[in-house]
Amino acid sequence: MIPNLLEPAGWLPLFFLVAMGIAMVAYVVLDGYDLGVGILLNQATDQEKDIMISSIGPFWDANETWLVLGVGALLIAFPMAHGIILTELYLPVGIMLAGLILRGVSFDFRAKAHLSQKSIWNFLFFFGSFLAAAAQGVMVGREVIGFDSGGLGWVFAFIVALCLPAGYALLGAGWLIMKTSGALQRKAVAWARKCLWLTALGVGIISVATPFFSAEIAAKWFSFPNIFFLLPFPVLSLACFVLIDLNLAKMQRDKPAPIWLPFALSVAIFVLAFLGIAYSMFPYIVVGKMTIWEAASATDSLWMIFWGAIVVLPTIIGYTIYSYKIFWGKTEPLSYY
Amino acid sequence: MLDALILSRIQFAANITFHILFPTISIALAWALLYFKIKFNKTGDSEWSEAYQFWVKIFALTFALGVVSGITMSFQFGTNWPGYMQTVGNIAGPLLGYEVLSAFFLEATFLGIMLFGAKRVSQRAHTVATFLVAFGTSLSAFWIIVLDSWMQTPQGFEMINGQAHATNWIEIVFNPSMPYRLFHMMTASFLTVTFLIAGISAYRYLRGINPVGSRALIKLAMTVAVVLAPLQIVLGDMHGLNTLEYQPAKVAAMEGIWQTTKGADAVLFAIPDEATQSNQYEVAVPKLASLYLTHSLDGEVQGLDAFPDTHPPVKPVFFAFRIMVGVGLLMLLTAFVGFYLVRKKQELPRWLLQALSVMSFSGWVGVVAGWYVTEVGRQPFLVTGILKTADAVTKLPTNMILGTLVMYLALYLGLIASYIWVVFYLARQSGPVNATDDARPNLVNRPIGA
Repeated sequence: MIPNLLEPAGWLPLFFLVAMGIAMVAYVVLDGYDLGVGILLNQATDQEKDIMISSIGPFWDANETWLVLGVGALLIAFPMAHGIILTELYLPVGIMLAGLILRGVSFDFRAKAHLSQKSIWNFLFFFGSFLAAAAQGVMVGREVIGFDSGGLGWVFAFIVALCLPAGYALLGAGWLIMKTSGALQRKAVAWARKCLWLTALGVGIISVATPFFSAEIAAKWFSFPNIFFLLPFPVLSLACFVLIDLNLAKMQRDKPAPIWLPFALSVAIFVLAFLGIAYSMFPYIVVGKMTIWEAASATDSLWMIFWGAIVVLPTIIGYTIYSYKIFWGKTEPLSYY
Repeated sequence: MLDALILSRIQFAANITFHILFPTISIALAWALLYFKIKFNKTGDSEWSEAYQFWVKIFALTFALGVVSGITMSFQFGTNWPGYMQTVGNIAGPLLGYEVLSAFFLEATFLGIMLFGAKRVSQRAHTVATFLVAFGTSLSAFWIIVLDSWMQTPQGFEMINGQAHATNWIEIVFNPSMPYRLFHMMTASFLTVTFLIAGISAYRYLRGINPVGSRALIKLAMTVAVVLAPLQIVLGDMHGLNTLEYQPAKVAAMEGIWQTTKGADAVLFAIPDEATQSNQYEVAVPKLASLYLTHSLDGEVQGLDAFPDTHPPVKPVFFAFRIMVGVGLLMLLTAFVGFYLVRKKQELPRWLLQALSVMSFSGWVGVVAGWYVTEVGRQPFLVTGILKTADAVTKLPTNMILGTLVMYLALYLGLIASYIWVVFYLARQSGPVNATDDARPNLVNRPIGA
């Protein structure tokens, strides 16, 4: 099933799988926090809403571009799978796109349209963020169980659809704890605690359901000695959850606590969950149906984009860091000049 | 009957029509902003900083709409046209990949610094960020036009087992129609923005808002338009001759020429009828089409009869072409009259200002009509000679596609209306432009109308 990895036809698809994985994780974490801020928007006062939006203003555009890169990598490197996956996910993709459109434009309209319309655009920003996150939850749920068509598969997808927005809200609250102060920061701590357990439920349910739907995946996790090497995944995830909760509890009791910790550990949870899913699925790109080598583009085309990718990707990461450094620190109101 | 093919085509057409409106503005507006910025750096005139401050807000809004509608496009290749990537993915993939890698991240990242970083970085760094955004948007246009042109006039590949494989990337990138389409589209973008700036400035001038600055922008816009409008007609003609060479069926549909003839007439107006293979209510100038297509009064022009099963639907191509040319001629006329008046007269005539305001978004009409000519004109092929549109479409149930189509249409119509409304609303705001994006509550304390 796995071809010779010393040949370009063997390792190039693997390279692009890793690149796509990096893009997906970058997307989930980066757009995750700004979608999360959107999901939490309705819980805040009008003045706090302005600060919340300001905190993500310079970044959301570039954050969303990782989604284009992720789906782009699928399209470029695995065109055979691109069609199958996106056809299967037709409706959630459509709903996600509508959500992303709504929130993207609301970001600008809310500040530029007449004041009387601001609350409508604020609501659409929240609604679009939630819709996009929930639709992505359905997409993840469908993809990891190989588009199982039974009723149980759909129930699972809808549970994930509720938990992923909670996970994004956790990232968003963690972001706000770093970028804001005072009353809003205290609220963010409370939001983070609430979202934490719904996120844990989501991670737990995906961990149980994936092996349940596929005997092959179950064997990969629970056979000996695999289970021994894989133990750190659940243990570390659990440790992250507990540490975040302890940290948030400290903040609520006004004890000194590192403000970057909830965000950093939430990122760690997402990365661990992603690695777990990646391990379950590998080497399939459509579970049980198509491996990455079956789905890959012609080797010539992969070479063509490989050279571009290894030059440009580090550049992108470089100027992304530059941009975050410029806007480092507590959020100030967005000003055009 | 509405089947998956026609619904997917309508949906893709709706998405791409909605999408192209915004890049058309942001490509050239980014360069205009860089120009304002550099002018201000050099002269220190508040006129230029005010122009920058006003137009950067419209740019931010436009860019956001372009980004979100662009994301939709990248998914629809897969959701509605799975056969496209499966057949030509080896070529379309890397071209799209280079667009994302080289352009999307550049523009999106530096946009944050350009919009909100002016106080946090040096003037020079801010100017560089503005340049990188402008460069990124144009680079993105370059890659997407390369791909579209390759679909129109493909070369540099071989077919193996029904899949296109690249043999020469230079030939693929510099395919025969690419340079013409690129320059025609870039000029279209600049003309659209020229008329948008002129129109909105005229609208402001009419309301007595910043008259000096508004007049200066009208003058600048008319000076640019008087060069670009004629240039665009020359570029369009060259593009047309290139199309005649590589896609003669498209030109036959544009011209409404049914039978291959020597000394073909130029049809000014008609209603083409597919059933009878002829034009009704035709108004034509004898032999003119042969003259401008072949540069000889008796030159032979291939008619639609030369391509019995592989010519595009005639009506949409024929009418879209006339709308595009009509907008172009109207812009040419307005540019000459406007340029003359703005130089000769101190007080600009009201009718000119009103005409310019009405024409604020005229570029959109021309651009959309032009794209319809070239994309509908490519039918029945998705990739000329290689892949028919009907063979690439999804096999999804029609109800599902109809559902998303209705959702997208409602969303798009609402957003276009909101966009135009907000642009004119911003134009009505007088005085120093509000600097902070989220400090609107301050406005409440100002006198009404401020």
